[in-house]
Parts: sequence; C-alpha cells; structure tokens
Amino acid sequence: MIDVQSLKKSFGSNQVLKGISTSIKKGEVIAVIGPSGSGKSTFLRCLNLLETHDEGSILLEGKDINEMELHLRKKIGMVFQHFNLFPHLTVLENVTFAPQQVLKISKSEAEKEALDLLKTVGLSDKANSYPSNLSGGQKQRVAIARALAMKPEVMLFDEPTSALDPEMVKEVLQVMKNLVKLGMTMIIVTHEMGFAKEVADRVLFMDDGKLVEDQEPAIFFENPKTDRAKAFLEKVL
Amino acid sequence: MNLDFAQLVPSIPYILYGIWVTLQFVAVSLVLGFLWGTVLSLFKIGKITVLRWFADAYTSVFRGTPLILQMLLIYYAVPQLTGIDIGAFSAGVLTFALNSAAYISEIIRAGINAVDKGQKEAAMALGVPYRTMMLKIILPQAFKNILPALMNEFITLTKESAIVSVIGALDIMRRAQIVGASNYRFFEPLLLAGLVYYLLVMMLTLAGRVMERRLAKSD
Ligand SMILES: Nc1ncnc2c1ncn2[C@@H]1O[C@H](COP(=O)(O)OP(=O)(O)O)[C@@H](O)[C@H]1O
Ligand SMILES: [Mg+2]
Repeated sequence: MIDVQSLKKSFGSNQVLKGISTSIKKGEVIAVIGPSGSGKSTFLRCLNLLETHDEGSILLEGKDINEMELHLRKKIGMVFQHFNLFPHLTVLENVTFAPQQVLKISKSEAEKEALDLLKTVGLSDKANSYPSNLSGGQKQRVAIARALAMKPEVMLFDEPTSALDPEMVKEVLQVMKNLVKLGMTMIIVTHEMGFAKEVADRVLFMDDGKLVEDQEPAIFFENPKTDRAKAFLEKVL
Repeated sequence: MNLDFAQLVPSIPYILYGIWVTLQFVAVSLVLGFLWGTVLSLFKIGKITVLRWFADAYTSVFRGTPLILQMLLIYYAVPQLTGIDIGAFSAGVLTFALNSAAYISEIIRAGINAVDKGQKEAAMALGVPYRTMMLKIILPQAFKNILPALMNEFITLTKESAIVSVIGALDIMRRAQIVGASNYRFFEPLLLAGLVYYLLVMMLTLAGRVMERRLAKSD
C-alpha cells in the first residue's frame, strides 16, 4: 500500500532522514521506535506531505504522493502528540469540520457520523464541550475521532500518548487497539514498548536518520540484531 | 483668569454634535482599515513575493510619514490629479483607513503568528484547503488574541481623528474652534472639546476591558 524508497530529507545542512526504504501493506500495524531526534516525526510527516522530501520516493497504491496533495491527505489521517484540536470549535464541530469543508458532506450527515465516532471513542456526552474543558486523554480521543471522520485508509500517530498524564495513557491506547481490531492500517511512533509489542505486526527501529531494524516485535524485543537497538531497549525497558 | 462658560452654553449642543461626527468617522475608518489591514496581513504571511513586498513597503511608508501629510496629500493632491473633489469627510476617512490598515496589518500578522503551529498542521493533515484554513481556523483564533491591540488602535484613532479639523471636517475639534472664533474666546470651547475626547477614550477603554474579561471567561 505504501512504498518508501531511499527517502532523504534535510533541514539546511542537517540531514535528518538518510535513506529510508520500507513498504507497508494494507491492514499492517507498524510501530516506529527510536531515540529522540532520530527522525521518526520527520518520517511520518513526509508520509502525508507536512514535509516535502528531498530525494527518494513515496508511493501510495503505486502513485507518487507528490502528485496527490489534497487527495492524499484525505486518505491519510494523522494524530499529533499535542492533539491540535481547534480550540474555538466544540468537540462535535472539530469532528465535523473537515468532512463538511473537504468532503462536502451535509451538516446533518456529518453530525450523524461524528456522533457515531464519538460513541466509539467513548465521548458521546462531550459533543458540545469545548476542548479546553477536556482532559488530555479525552482530547486525544477526540483527535482520533476527528481524523477517522475523513475515512482515511491509513492512520499516522506521532507519539499519541507522550503528552498525557500516566493515568490517561490507557484509554487512548484502548481506542487505538480497537482500531487495530477493525483492520486499520496504522503507523505509530511510540515510546510505549508494551503496546508496540502487543499490537504491532512490525517494529521499525530508527536511529540517526536511518532505518536500523525492521522486524517482527517478538524477534525485535527478544533478540535485537544491532548494538544500537540493544542499547536503546536497555535504556527504555 | 477670567473664564466665562455662560457664553459657551448656547454653543454646547453644536459642539456635542461633533461626537457623532467623530464617532462615525472613526468607526468607518476602523472598519475599512480592518478589512484592508486583514488583506495586507495575509499578503505578508503569504507565499507570493510581490504581494509580500508590496505589503511591507506599504506599511513602511504609512508608518514612516506624518499622518497629517498623508491627509493633506489625499485631500488636496487627489483632486488636483484626478479632478474629483472627494470632500473633507471622505478624504479623512480614506486617509485614516489607509493609515490604520498599515498598523492593523502588523497587529493581525503578529496575531496569526501567535496561533499555535499545530493548528495549521492539523488543518493541513485533514486536507483543508489554505483559504478555508485561514478563514475558519487561523483568523478566528488570531482575532481573539489581538482584540486588546485593536481596541488600542480604536482609541488612538479617536484621538488622532482631531486632525481632520485641519481640512474642515466638522468634528468635535473643528466645532470647538468655530465656536471659539465666533466668541473670541478659545479656552472654554477647547476645554469642553478636551473633556469630550477624554470621556470618549475612557469609555472605549472601559468597553475594551469588559470585552477582554468576557473573552477570558470563554477560555
Ligand atoms: N522543521 C524543522 N526545522 C529544522 N530542523 C528540524 C525540523 N524538524 C525536525 N528537525 C530536526 O530533525 C531532527 C529529527 O527530528 P524529529 O523527526 O522530530 O525526530 P524524532 O521525532 O525522532 O524525535 C532533529 O535534529 C530536529 O532538530
Ligand atoms: Mg518526534
């Protein structure tokens, strides 16, 4: 479904991605892990054109994403570490905004679907609240519902639980697990190793802009091949 | 000291009517200045180099020359060039709108830059087109941030508007001068005008505070 070939990206003289190649199949759940600054976010952001890459190619269903722009963004949903909910809109308006503005769905239709989505993330009662009145965990669940409202084929998560108080991590991970069960294709940058082990089909370990290991979780966590992965796992586990 | 307010009394309604003229003048200028300032601010943060350059140069010129000079240019020079006499009130409004747009565009630009970068990214990731994103996501948040600064601009404009008296628009200031000239007593009418401006500014300041408090509550 997604084919990444020799992806390179620099910010000024700082090369952040040094040639990443991998491919992701439909329905796969990928955990991306690695030390801070290794280029995980940049990699994810390249996938939905929040950053444009310098070299290499990204194909979505065989088509170069550089030629897709808006069309691509409709197919790829993204959830951010800091939620990025629209603070001047209610929860319901946050979720219905893009379907109405981008997909041109009628307000009533969009609201009906949004309420269904809010129900699946357990926030039906918050539809008319503003984001400032929600806890971090609730905000992130709204953000997931907002991304899902566009009916994406792939969901990208950039450290979705890193900004949360510990007691709220679980509720967000639970919503993500439900998505896994529904067969969603997901790429998740995370520091939750237990979660990665449990739900991922593959773990991509990045270090210093390179994809150092690409492995099934059982193998990666028990028997990492490289010293860098070993050192990293020792630190975080 | 010999102040004689008794002589002023018959002229008070005439001077007070100037409040209406001044407020009308300031309100129209501010609305036009706000709209034009918004456009300029979008030029400034946009990707089109020519427009960015234009908006920066525009701001620089209007901030770098005296307001009264701009007004005299518009009032005397425009008719000279085009043969169209636009009248004192319109010339004043035009000047103040063009001038305050320069200041307001800076205020709005700062307000837009103060909106969290994540807002733009979230909108982009959802496939929201630039125009919709600016109008429905970024600007509403920016305007909330800049309301106090806009209120300040409103107050400045109210005070500065007194210079339209120079080209003969019948605002508070001009009326005070007319009354002064006809009575051969300037102190009393100018004192009244000063009081009226001061009360206007205080009222606007108060209104601004109330508005700020309301906004703070909705957060
Ligand atoms: N917009 C940017 N401009 C300049 N440098 C950036 C930018 N975004 C990321 N970087 C740099 O790229 C490197 C990788 O960052 P990032 O992809 O965020 O890593 P990670 O998500 O793995 O922590 C870091 O050194 C960071 O400073
Ligand atoms: Mg990151």
